[in-house]
Amino acid sequence: MTGLLHQTLSGLATGGIYASLALALVMVYRATRQINFAQGEMATFSTYVALTLIQAGLPYWIAFAATLLFSFVMGVALERLLLRKLADHSGLGTVGVAIGLLLIFNALSGWLFGFTEKGFPSPFEGAGGGALLGGMLSRHEVGMTGVTLLVLGLVYCFFRFTRLGLAMRAAAANPDSSRLVGIRVGWTLALGWGLAAALGAVAGIMVAPIVFLDPNMMLGILLYAFAGALLGGADNPAGAVIGGFAVGVIENLGGAYLVGTDLKLTLALVIITVVLVLRPAGLFGRAVVARV
Amino acid sequence: MLNRRTLLGSAALVAVAPVLRAHAEDAPGVTAGAIKLGNTNPHSGPASAYGAIANADTAYFNMINEQGGVNGRKIDFISLDDAYSPPKTVEQTRRLIEQDGVAFIFNGLGTPCQSAVRAYMNAHKVPQLFVATGADKWGDYAHFPWTMGWQPSYRTEAAIYAKYLLNEKPQSKIAVLYQNDDFGKDYLLGLKDGLGAKYGEMVVKEASYETTDPTIDSQAVTLQSSGADVLVTAATPKWAAQTIRKIAELNWKPLHFMTNVSVSVGAVIKPAGEQNAAGMITGAYQKDPTDPKWANDAGMQEWLAFMKKYMPGADISDNNHTYGFGVSMTMEQVLKQCGNDLSRGNVMKQAANLKDLDIPVLLPGIRINTSPTNFHPIRAMQLQRWTGKGWELFGSVISA
Repeated sequence: MTGLLHQTLSGLATGGIYASLALALVMVYRATRQINFAQGEMATFSTYVALTLIQAGLPYWIAFAATLLFSFVMGVALERLLLRKLADHSGLGTVGVAIGLLLIFNALSGWLFGFTEKGFPSPFEGAGGGALLGGMLSRHEVGMTGVTLLVLGLVYCFFRFTRLGLAMRAAAANPDSSRLVGIRVGWTLALGWGLAAALGAVAGIMVAPIVFLDPNMMLGILLYAFAGALLGGADNPAGAVIGGFAVGVIENLGGAYLVGTDLKLTLALVIITVVLVLRPAGLFGRAVVARV
Repeated sequence: MLNRRTLLGSAALVAVAPVLRAHAEDAPGVTAGAIKLGNTNPHSGPASAYGAIANADTAYFNMINEQGGVNGRKIDFISLDDAYSPPKTVEQTRRLIEQDGVAFIFNGLGTPCQSAVRAYMNAHKVPQLFVATGADKWGDYAHFPWTMGWQPSYRTEAAIYAKYLLNEKPQSKIAVLYQNDDFGKDYLLGLKDGLGAKYGEMVVKEASYETTDPTIDSQAVTLQSSGADVLVTAATPKWAAQTIRKIAELNWKPLHFMTNVSVSVGAVIKPAGEQNAAGMITGAYQKDPTDPKWANDAGMQEWLAFMKKYMPGADISDNNHTYGFGVSMTMEQVLKQCGNDLSRGNVMKQAANLKDLDIPVLLPGIRINTSPTNFHPIRAMQLQRWTGKGWELFGSVISA
C-alpha cells in the first residue's frame, strides 16, 4: 500500500516536470497555433544562463528574474527576426525553423557550457537536504509543483482578465478581424514567443535540480510534455498541466504494477493515443473549427 | 604496334605492380622503415573528452619513434575525428584503410562507432585492435576473429561483483538497475555468469530505464520495495547521479555497486552529493593518477616522466592519459612479437598470444593475457570504495 502511495507521489513529482514545460508549449500554441519544437532546448539554454549568473555570485532570485527577462527578449527576437519572415508561408516552414533552432540551441549549450552533468541549486532546500515523507517527495519537488501551479494561475489570469491577453486570444483566433479592430497581430505573436520562452526558463530552472543540467536535459522531457499537452488539450493551460501530471502518474503506476519498467513509456503513449482517437482535441481542449 | 594506348597501359601496369606485390605479402601499410596505424576518436563533439586517449596514444608512439621505433620501424599513427558519430566512423575508417593504406586500426573509440565498422573490418580482414570501449562483444573471437577489446568488459565487471558477493555476502538479496540497451544488459549477463544457478535466488528485482526517461525515481522506489540489500547500478552518468541521490533521499542503504563507467568525481559524485555516495563500490583496473598512494610507485613514475616529456601541460589527473599509455604499450608489445612479419594475419595472431604482460599503469597483480580463444585482454579488477572524500582500494584482485 505504501508502495502504491509512493509510486503515485513520485509520479506526481515527475508529472510536475512535464507540466511545467507543457505550459510553455501551450503558450506558443495559443498565440500562434503552432507547436515550437525548440521549446525544450531554449529552456535548457536559459537554464545555463541562470547557472552562469548564479555562479557569478548573483542571489538566486535575482538571477531567476534576469534569466526570465533574457529568455523573454530571446523569444521575441526569434519571432521578429526569423519566424516573421515565414508568416505568409505554410506551417511546414515554421516547423522546419523550429527544428533547426532545436539543433542550434542544443549545440550552442554544449559548445558554450560543456557536456558534463552539472548540479543546479534549489531555492527550496536548506543545508539539511530535501527529503520529505521518508523520501517519497523532496522539498524541491513540492516547491516546483507550487511554482507550476502559480505560473498556471498567472497564465490563466493573463488570458482571462487582461486586455493584452484578450488581444492575444483574438489575434490567434481570427487575425484578420483582430487587425481591423486595431490589434497589432505581429506583436502579439512575438509576445507569445517571448512569454513561452520565459515559461520555458522557469521550467528549466525548476527541473534542473532534479534531473541535473546537461545540453540534452529537455530532449526526453519534451516528448512527455507534448504527450501531456495533447492529452489535456493543446490550447488549454489547465488541461496541459493536468495532462502532464496524468502522464507522470500513469507511467509510474503502469510501470510498477502492469507492464514493467521497459514498457512504461509505451503504455502511457498508448493511453494517450486512445484518448486522442476518442477526443481529438484532448480531454479539456476545444476543437478548432476552420472554415474553408 | 606501339601506340598511345599500349603505352598508357604499360605505364599503368608498372604503377600497379608494387601494389600487387604488397598484397602478395599481405602487409599493407608496412615499409622497410615504418608501419602505418589508423585510429578514429571523438576529437570534437559531446564525447570529445575522450580525445585525450588518442592524444596519449600519439604521444606514446612519438616516444617509441624517438627511441628508434619497433624492430627498426617507426610508427606512423594517424588519428581522425569521428565526433562519436557512427556514420563518420565508417567514412573515416574506410578512408584510413582504402586511401591512407594503414596496416590496421588501433584503439578506435566508442561502442556504437566501432560496432558500425566491425563487419566491414572483418569482411576485409583488417585487424580492429584494442577498441576503446567496454562492451563484451569485442571478445567474440568465433564470429569476429579480426576484432579485439582491451579493458575489462562490462560483463566481466559484473561477474567480478557477483564473485565478491558470493564470497562475502552469500545471503544477500540483489536489485539491479540497468539502462535498457547492450551496455546495461551486459551487466545482467555478467551477474548471471558470476552467480550461476544462484541468480534466480539472489537477484530479487531487475528494473530498467530508457535514456529518454527524465528520472529513475519510480525505478528506485520499485527496487527499494523489493527488500533488496544490494544494488547493482548499470547507468550512464546522469542517471547514476540521480540514483545515488534518490536512494539517499529514500534512506535506503544497500551495498551499492556502481558501473565503473559512472564513477567520475566531477560528473557523477559531486552533482549527486559526495556524502550521498559514501560506501559505494566499483571495480578498478588502472592506478588512479590522483591517488597519493601511487606517488612513489615505479610504474606511475614512469608514466609521469612520459607525460612530462611527451605531453607537457596535459592534465595529469585525467585517467584517459594512463589509459592511452597502457593500451599503446600493449600495442608496442604486439608489434615487437610480430618481428619482421607484419602481415595482418600475423598481427592478429600475436595480439592473441600475449602472456602475463605487465603494464605499469595497471593495478599490481593485473596482467594482460590473450589466446586464440580469449579476446578479452584484461579480465581482473580490484574493488574500491568511495569514502565520502576519495576512492579507497580494498581486498585483493578478483578475476572473472
